[in-house]
Amino acid sequence: MKKSENESRSILAGTELSTFCPHCHQALNVFDPATRKIWVRLAVSVHGAKGELLLSPQFDVFERQADIELSEGIVVDDLSCPRCGESLVEQQACEECGSPAARLVIYAQSKLVDFSICTKVGCHWHGMSRADQAKIKPKVSRQKKPEQDALLRIRNFNEVSYGLDRELALVEASRCLDCKKPACIAACPVEVDIPGFIRLIREGNFVEAARLVKQKNALPAVCGRVCPQDDQCEKACLLGKKEEPVAIGNLERFVADFERETDSVAIPRKAPPTGKRVAVVGSGPAGLTMAADMVTKGHSVTVFESLHKPGGVLVYGIPEFRLPKAIVESEIDYLRRLGVKIELNSIVGRLYTIEELFASGYDAVFVGTGAGLPVFMKLPGENLCNILSANEYLTRINLMKAYAFPEYDTPAPRGRQVAVLGGGNVAMDCARTAVRMGSREVSIIYRRTRDEMPARTEETEHAEQEGVKFRLLTNPIRFIGDDRRWVKQMECVQMQLGEPDASGRPRPIPRAGSNFLMDVDMVIVAVGAGPNPVLFSGSPDLERTDRGYVKAYTPSGRTSIPGVWAGGDIVTGSATVILAMGAARQAANDMHAYLMDGKKEWV
Amino acid sequence: MHTIIDRRELTKGDMISITVEAPAIAKKIHPGQFVVLRVNETGERTPLTVAYKDEVHGTITIIFQVLGKTTAMLASLKIGDAIKDLVGPLGCDERFTKVGTVVGIGGGSGIAVLHHIMQGYAEVGNTLIGIIGAREKALLILEDEMEALCERLLVTTDDGSYGMHGLVTDALSRLVEEQVHIDQVVAVGPLIMMRAVCEMTKLYEIPTLVSLNPIMVDGTGMCGGCRVTVGGETKFACVDGPHFDGHKVDFDELMQRNMMYARDERTSLLTSIRAR
Ligand SMILES: Cc1cc2nc3c(=O)[nH]c(=O)nc-3n(C[C@H](O)[C@H](O)[C@H](O)COP(=O)(O)OP(=O)(O)OC[C@H]3O[C@@H](n4cnc5c(N)ncnc54)[C@H](O)[C@@H]3O)c2cc1C
Ligand code: FES
Repeated sequence: MKKSENESRSILAGTELSTFCPHCHQALNVFDPATRKIWVRLAVSVHGAKGELLLSPQFDVFERQADIELSEGIVVDDLSCPRCGESLVEQQACEECGSPAARLVIYAQSKLVDFSICTKVGCHWHGMSRADQAKIKPKVSRQKKPEQDALLRIRNFNEVSYGLDRELALVEASRCLDCKKPACIAACPVEVDIPGFIRLIREGNFVEAARLVKQKNALPAVCGRVCPQDDQCEKACLLGKKEEPVAIGNLERFVADFERETDSVAIPRKAPPTGKRVAVVGSGPAGLTMAADMVTKGHSVTVFESLHKPGGVLVYGIPEFRLPKAIVESEIDYLRRLGVKIELNSIVGRLYTIEELFASGYDAVFVGTGAGLPVFMKLPGENLCNILSANEYLTRINLMKAYAFPEYDTPAPRGRQVAVLGGGNVAMDCARTAVRMGSREVSIIYRRTRDEMPARTEETEHAEQEGVKFRLLTNPIRFIGDDRRWVKQMECVQMQLGEPDASGRPRPIPRAGSNFLMDVDMVIVAVGAGPNPVLFSGSPDLERTDRGYVKAYTPSGRTSIPGVWAGGDIVTGSATVILAMGAARQAANDMHAYLMDGKKEWV
Repeated sequence: MHTIIDRRELTKGDMISITVEAPAIAKKIHPGQFVVLRVNETGERTPLTVAYKDEVHGTITIIFQVLGKTTAMLASLKIGDAIKDLVGPLGCDERFTKVGTVVGIGGGSGIAVLHHIMQGYAEVGNTLIGIIGAREKALLILEDEMEALCERLLVTTDDGSYGMHGLVTDALSRLVEEQVHIDQVVAVGPLIMMRAVCEMTKLYEIPTLVSLNPIMVDGTGMCGGCRVTVGGETKFACVDGPHFDGHKVDFDELMQRNMMYARDERTSLLTSIRAR
């Protein structure tokens, strides 16, 4: 596509321009009853002959008619206003072919702006300078995705947001400035060609757009829903400096959903079989990305998952109302169609050790076991009944479908007054789940302020709409039980913010004498997670950090054991889906190079 | 899917033994370790300790008492039926050492677990004494198997219908009175029984190992539902246990925690009975 055409995209294709002479300000547009069309009428001279040139004012099509011979490729001597006779040709050169350009004035977005056309016959360059373009940029505000009403959705587990539809997506896509140096790409951990896919949306090429995203991001339907866009691409969006940024996440979700719902997902052509076997431990975003990449590179891949369902946090943690499990299932299905084998109920470290995987013929192992160990606060009374980890609560409800008890056998913990400790996505997920499970009063207890909360903005907003209370600058210090050892109260202390700590966030300091009691009958601890040590019981030589995470080199993902890579939360600690996928992709590239390269050096 | 290749009723109707195909697990599992199973798609993840393994035929045997919906469902399966999910081996894999004389005390379905643990102690050359108890004679299991393993076996029933009339702790008292030298006690059974044994052995300063059965979800250290307080510290029974030093376990807390879903468990059982 021609560069200049891209640049002019901010005026929508098909727009009819009103054109004026820059000297006499008379309209150049005329209506021709013969063709029943509006034309831009200009006086033209070529090789001494004078005549009349008609151009379609349609912004994207460039029809022309003339009453004198205008052969393709010649540069006309002059273009002038048929009314005042002044020449329109100026110093400026066509950006396409370098011929002189003529300047008109157009009326767009209540402003008069310069608009150039090339004087070479057949050159379709027409457009305006970037500065002018910005001036006439139509003010379209960020399109909101339709969502379930808050009163309705707290009674069900259906997805909250419906996503953008085709029309909203087109309008939203038109907001993208298509920057020359897109800051959004640099702010994306896997460098998705964001302006590129948005351009394809504008052209109505939704499936192509999805494929472009997939070149960098294997799970766009997931990431479009759960990525912290407000901290990544959308934070960098230039538009965001003045107004709201382009809704990149919603657009990503739109194309991925479009591709899936229209059955347009193409199975990529796999490279010829290499005869190499890869074992992937863990089926979270990291493991799934690794499996997809390696199987398309021609290796034979088996994924080992300890749970009875693949997907990692995507199935056991993130609730249905935020990420429908059908989407995760279709991604897994896609992997199976690619030929990936998935062995469920298989705990590496217990059923097989890494060493045994090599002995049974695997050439490489990827460890993507996540950060699945719940962290408790080690406060007095924390083992009272109905105090549980976020992992337990979410696993019971999402993975074991306790919300459908007794149709499903797993019971769900219940409470009327629920306190959720923590301020991340996990805490929001628990709070919003508790609301849906019928708890009357659900509070988030967080020791810093709203600004420091790590949760996605959308989640905190949704939680608030659903009636979750926020008790900020508050920290629990002990739990009090009744005579049956059920939690009945929680003692808290008020905090204030001090100097920034190692994480760069202000350190919360308790305010002396501010202790108070809060009635609760269920507490969910969502203050973080650690690495699950089960894997290591069978592989003591896998080097780990002081906090128990696997030591892996960036970007290769190589660990201390030759032939073993690691990536995702098991290396970084609880992070994000996209970072886990990014790490897995880099590890896959390194693993592929290692497997294909005869010499097995490990540094 | 794991096919059931053998099924027996050890006592009338409520103590069942099933043997399932699980070659990979059979190869790896050690005495005292357990598996988590899910009978079908709507089932709960339930931990059950393995009573025997057969590496050659690639099978494991589970003995359970019908107590709730999952065990009732499991009991209704026939030879040739299959269990949907089976994961293991779980629980820390401790190696048994030679300590001298080990007294194994088992109650109810805990006898099955005890038997497997005692095999572990036998393999490294310990001298074994067994004490097994049940409410009544009809509920007693694995007497012959324990007999074969132990140098001496004491049997108790609460109602006196068989063996000594009384509790397993009464039998333990008798050993103490006889001044039998005991280096180690292992107790597996209902929490009340384990607590009573521990109170006694604490007095006599005999190291006591117990095998705990808290409520579990995943069995892999992922949820913390199975936490128990041992020596003032929180432990996850599924990965740090299920075997702990009985003198340090907070039994009262565990008893309450195990009651957490009692009402739901009844609901679940009742709904399944009504549906039938
Ligand atoms: C409730 C919740 C909400 C979240 N919300 C967001 C969000 O909105 N946006 C976002 O970007 N991130 C979010 N995250 C974080 C994100 O989900 C994780 O960063 C991401 O899933 C990490 O991927 P992973 O592949 O490294 O690990 P995981 O997704 O944790 O997957 C690891 C898998 O390995 C399996 N496994 C572990 N040990 C073994 C073993 N020994 N053998 C075999 N299998 C094993 C586990 O069962 C699991 O399936 C959330 C996390 C949680 C818990
Ligand atoms: S059962 Fe979940 S951590 Fe032990």
